Amino acid sequence: MKYAFYPGCVSRGGTPELYTSTIAIAGKLGIELEEIIGASCTGAGVLQEKGLKLGDTLNARTFAMAERLGLTTILNICSTCQGVMAQANQRLLADADYLAEINKELEPEGLEYTGRVVIKHLAWVIVEEVGLDALKALVTNPLPGLKAAPFYGCYILRPSSALGLDQNPGREQYLERIIEACGAEPVNFPGRLKCCGFPIMLINERNSMKMVADHTISAKEHGADCMVTPCPLCHLNLDGQQPNAAAKAGRKIGVPILHLPQLIGLAMGFSAKELGMHQHIVSTKTIIEKASVRV
Amino acid sequence: MQANLRVRRFDPEAPEPSARMQDYQIEVPEHFTVLDALIQVREEDDPSLALRCSCRASICGSCAMRVNGQARLACKTRLTAVAPEGETVIIEPMGNQRVVKDLVVDLALFWNKIRAVEPYLQPAGPEPEDEYIASNESMLNLLTPMGCIMCGACVSDCTALEVDENFLGPAALAKAYRFIADPRDGASRERLTTLNEYGGVWDCTRCYMCVEVCPTGVAPMDRIMELRDSVMREIGTTTPGARHIESFARSVARSGWLDETMLAVDSWGRFNLPKLISQAPLGIRALMRGKLPKPWPLHHKRPGAEFVGRIFKRWESNKP
Repeated sequence: MKYAFYPGCVSRGGTPELYTSTIAIAGKLGIELEEIIGASCTGAGVLQEKGLKLGDTLNARTFAMAERLGLTTILNICSTCQGVMAQANQRLLADADYLAEINKELEPEGLEYTGRVVIKHLAWVIVEEVGLDALKALVTNPLPGLKAAPFYGCYILRPSSALGLDQNPGREQYLERIIEACGAEPVNFPGRLKCCGFPIMLINERNSMKMVADHTISAKEHGADCMVTPCPLCHLNLDGQQPNAAAKAGRKIGVPILHLPQLIGLAMGFSAKELGMHQHIVSTKTIIEKASVRV
Repeated sequence: MQANLRVRRFDPEAPEPSARMQDYQIEVPEHFTVLDALIQVREEDDPSLALRCSCRASICGSCAMRVNGQARLACKTRLTAVAPEGETVIIEPMGNQRVVKDLVVDLALFWNKIRAVEPYLQPAGPEPEDEYIASNESMLNLLTPMGCIMCGACVSDCTALEVDENFLGPAALAKAYRFIADPRDGASRERLTTLNEYGGVWDCTRCYMCVEVCPTGVAPMDRIMELRDSVMREIGTTTPGARHIESFARSVARSGWLDETMLAVDSWGRFNLPKLISQAPLGIRALMRGKLPKPWPLHHKRPGAEFVGRIFKRWESNKP
């Protein structure tokens, strides 16, 4: 299975361990990744505030680049990229005149988007295309006793119509299914579908820190050893800002935040180093020990 | 069919008031909504159950409550849609608002926020001899926010309000948009100035929760994003939120992708030394773990970045 790989800005910047761990597990899963070289940022919902046409043109350019590679499925590893691309694709496909107007802007680069691209997050590809049974067969180091709280990230869930949740309601449970397939135990907690606070981290730090503290403390109080997220932006906030959030909340938190491919990688027996577990702000030592993998 | 309801109960007049869940198993026709089932419980099983409803046709907005964790109009939600296999349906009062009794919440917070945006036309200039005229075209983009039925579902599930009661919230901001975008209103600049402050448009997390739960398609978050654009054009980039957008756009237009480090520096303010110094420990922690993104001018350009820059120029110079 070959996919047009869109790593997004953050896996090439603030969370390099997401990129490393994705590449590590993709090979074992039989997922062949061809990176869309030269693709731009999706806009992350921020550029969309300046106008939808700007964001839609940037994303149509990326979709056209994927088509030029002869590939029809774009694989994302970021909830935000997934959501923003899915919304852009929905608008582009809903109106042929609009698509033609946007395509006019791609002409100078010799690109045209014909509307054949499907956009999927790694979690969706694993459940819907690789299959959970195939994943289980690759689990050589099951993680019994590891309690993992899933944290989805807004843009992989909402708006549900753009993300196909109407047709695939199970997508709201994919993280739980993958955690189970890895031999770990999913922990249900009230924050799993909520906002991590990242979008306002630089705007209203107090509120953002409160969200980080609320979700990590809640996950911990529900028995979680760690949280697992398919979104690097959630990771930046829940992991990177957790020490600040803990200081503001006046208590210790210390909940390691794993990227989804890191959890899968641990269950496949990759070493902690191969998965970039040492690059976290909150120590992942307890998880490495529970998983009994090489450091 | 059998409906299995688990309802959050709260009686303020109990000797020691505390919330508890109560289960009801009732026989209902297949077409029943959650509201139909609750009314049947109240009429046939438990007259003490308190809930608010009126039209039963998703017009009045009285019966908003949380069904399986998400705010919905109970009258618009069929049991078979939320419990296709006869699963237990969890029914709770709306969030972010004080519970009066069982499923009834105090709407004071909701209405106070609506009042705070002065939800009425404030025309400028001399009064016309007849009525104020607005063209059909100019009113088209107001149809969506005018569809609000004041049910409070968006306020219930707003993730920003959950951590900060000072936030105006989705319903009030969508209402503010309705007047700011009205060509007959003369107070847009004053309104935008207020919304540019703490508690206004910049405190929205863009989590899409309000868009998801709104039963009438108002999409409050989309209206908030339009207000942000208006604030930037009318008032300027005076806040971290506005600088955040400008910096984001600048780096993507220049290199094709996001310069995360400069995004932080620009949002706080390049000369905001106390803030920059306070964030130094985080920067050092990231650097030590090999994950501090290289800022401009070390932030490299993606192949084809000039075409990305061209797209920015095209749409930014053609803004209305």
